[in-house]
Amino acid sequence: MSAADGAPVPMTAKRRGAQLAMLGFAVLIVMGAYASVGLGLDGKIPSGTLTYGLGLGAVMLAAYLVLAKFAPWADPLLLPLVTLVNGLGLVMIYRLEQADMKGANATSQLMWTALGVVMFSATLIVLKDQRTLQRLTYTAGFVGVVLLVLPLLPFIGTEINGSRIWINVGFSIQPGEFAKLALVVFFAGYLVTKRDVLALAGRRLLFIDLPRARDLGPVLITWALSIAVLVGEKDLGTSLLLFGTFIAMLYIATQRTSWVLIGILLFVGGAILAGQIFSHVEARFDGWLHAESDELYNRELGGSYQLMQGLFSLGSGGILGTGLGQGHPNIIPFAFSDFIFDAVGEELGLTGLMAILMVYALIVQRGLRTALAARDPFSKLLAGGVSFILAWQVFIIVGGVTRLIPLTGLVTPFMSAGGSALLANWILIAVLVRMSDGARRPPPQAIQDEGLTQVMQR
Amino acid sequence: MSELTLLLIRLAFLAALWFFVIAAVGVIRTDLFGPRTAPAPPRKPAKAAKPPSRPKKGDPRQLIVTGGPLQGTIINLSETPITIGRANDATLVLSDDYASSRHARLFPQDGQWIVEDLGSTNGTYLERSKVTRPTPVPLGVPIRIGKTVIELRK
Repeated sequence: MSAADGAPVPMTAKRRGAQLAMLGFAVLIVMGAYASVGLGLDGKIPSGTLTYGLGLGAVMLAAYLVLAKFAPWADPLLLPLVTLVNGLGLVMIYRLEQADMKGANATSQLMWTALGVVMFSATLIVLKDQRTLQRLTYTAGFVGVVLLVLPLLPFIGTEINGSRIWINVGFSIQPGEFAKLALVVFFAGYLVTKRDVLALAGRRLLFIDLPRARDLGPVLITWALSIAVLVGEKDLGTSLLLFGTFIAMLYIATQRTSWVLIGILLFVGGAILAGQIFSHVEARFDGWLHAESDELYNRELGGSYQLMQGLFSLGSGGILGTGLGQGHPNIIPFAFSDFIFDAVGEELGLTGLMAILMVYALIVQRGLRTALAARDPFSKLLAGGVSFILAWQVFIIVGGVTRLIPLTGLVTPFMSAGGSALLANWILIAVLVRMSDGARRPPPQAIQDEGLTQVMQR
Repeated sequence: MSELTLLLIRLAFLAALWFFVIAAVGVIRTDLFGPRTAPAPPRKPAKAAKPPSRPKKGDPRQLIVTGGPLQGTIINLSETPITIGRANDATLVLSDDYASSRHARLFPQDGQWIVEDLGSTNGTYLERSKVTRPTPVPLGVPIRIGKTVIELRK
C-alpha cells in the first residue's frame, strides 16, 4: 500500500483526443469484423454492417461524451478497450445467430450493450466521488449477500442448466453478477479499517506470520459463504471468483503472504471435500481430469462433451484461425455464452485470442495503475479489487474452456451473451473510470505563504 | 469470393487487431513518459531556461539531517527526487522503528521542493503540522520523520 505512486508530473494530460481516436478505431475494427463475417458466410458484406456499426458507434460516442463531461481526467484507454471486446462479442454472437444457433441473439445483446452504456453513464453521473461508497461498506456487504442468496429462495429462484443462479422477475437476471460488485465495495471498506490489525497482530511461526485466531473470522465467513454458494447454487465459478478476490484484496491490504497461503489451503480443502461429497462438483473434476474418456464424452449431463468440442474448435483454428464466418463454432454447445472464447479462437486463431487477452490485460493494467495512483487507501483497495476481479474472471473462464483448470460456468466479461453480466461489468468499469478520474486529476496547486490554512481537496 | 481474398481479409483483420493493441500500448507509453516527438523541442528550451534560474538566491542546495541517529548527514540536492524510508532503495535510508519503508518523498517542482507523505504509518511532520498532501518546504523548516529531523539549507 505504501508503494511510491510513480512519476508525479506527466500524468496530468487529459488525452481526450487519443481516447476518441482509439474509440473510433475500436468501432472500425468491429465493423470490419461484421463485414468479414458476411464475406466469409455468403460472399457479400451484410446489409446490417452499417446499422450495427453506427449503432455501436453512436452508443459509444454517447458514453464518451458523458465521460468527457463528468470524468474529464479519466483514463483514456478504458472505454476503447472495453468497446473492442464488447463489439467483438457482439460480432461473434451475430455470427452464431447467422449459423442458426439456438439461443444466440445479436439484437438483444446490442440492446443490453446500449443498456449497459446507460448504466455506465448513470453511474458516472450519480457517483461523483468513489469515496461515498466507503460510507456504504456494510450496506454493500448486506446487499451483496442478499443478492447472492436470492436465487435460493423459492418462487423467484429458477434453475437453468443445473445451476440455481437465476431469479425470475418477469425476465431472468443473475443477481450474482451484481453481488460481486457490492462485495468488492464491502471488502475494500472493511479492509481499510481492519488492515492494520490484520497485518500487524499475530506471531511468527517458521517463515510465515500467522494471524491471530480472532482475525481469521472474516476470512472464514467469506469462505463459508463461497462454499455455500458452491453447494447451494451449484455455481463453482462465482464461488471461486469471490473467494479469490477476497484473498487478493486481503493481500493487497496487508502485504502478508500468510493470508494467501491460508486462503489457498482453505479453498483447496473445501473444494476437495465438496468434490467428494457433492456429485455435481465431482462431475466437474472428472470432466476435467479425464475429459478424453469415451464414457465422460458421451455422458448425457455433466460430461466433457462441451469441453472437448471447445478444444476441437481451438485445434481447428490453429495459429491464424479459419477466418470469421468460415469455421464451425456453432457446433460447440453454449458457444455464445460460456464457450465464446473457444468460438473466437476457432475463427481468429491463437493470434486473435492473444490480441484479445492482451486487451483484457491492458484493461487490468489500467485498473492497477489507477490503484497505484489513487490518493486514499479505500480507492486503492477498490481499484485493485475491481481490476483483480476482472482479471480473475477472465482467468477462470479462459482456464476452464482451455482445460487448464476445472470448467466452471462464468461469463467472459463483456463478450458472452447475457444481460446481467454486461450491465454489472459496465457499472464496474464506470466505477473504475470514476476512480481513475480522481487519481489523475492534478491536486490543487498550493498557494505560497498560505500559513497554517490548509487547502482541502474534495 | 476467392480463397485468396478471404485469406487476405483474415490476415488484415488480425493485423488490425494487433495494431489496436500496439496503439493502446502507445497511448500508455505517452502517458508514462510524455509524448515522444512533438513536445520534445519545447522541452529543451525549458531545460535551457532552468539552469539560469537554478542558482537563484534562496534556492535550497542541501538537505541536512539535524536530528536522530543520522544527524549530520548532508545530501546535495539535484533535479532528482529524494525518497526517505527504511527501504534499501531509498535515498536516505533510515534505521528507525518509527519510519515506514517508503515514508516520504521530496521532489523539486517549479523551483521549489515539495514534501509528500507516501502513506506512512506514523506520518511526516512539516514543522508541527502533519503532511497530508504534497506541501512546499521553505528553507530551514524542520521535517520530522520518526526520530529523524531534516532541513533544507542553502
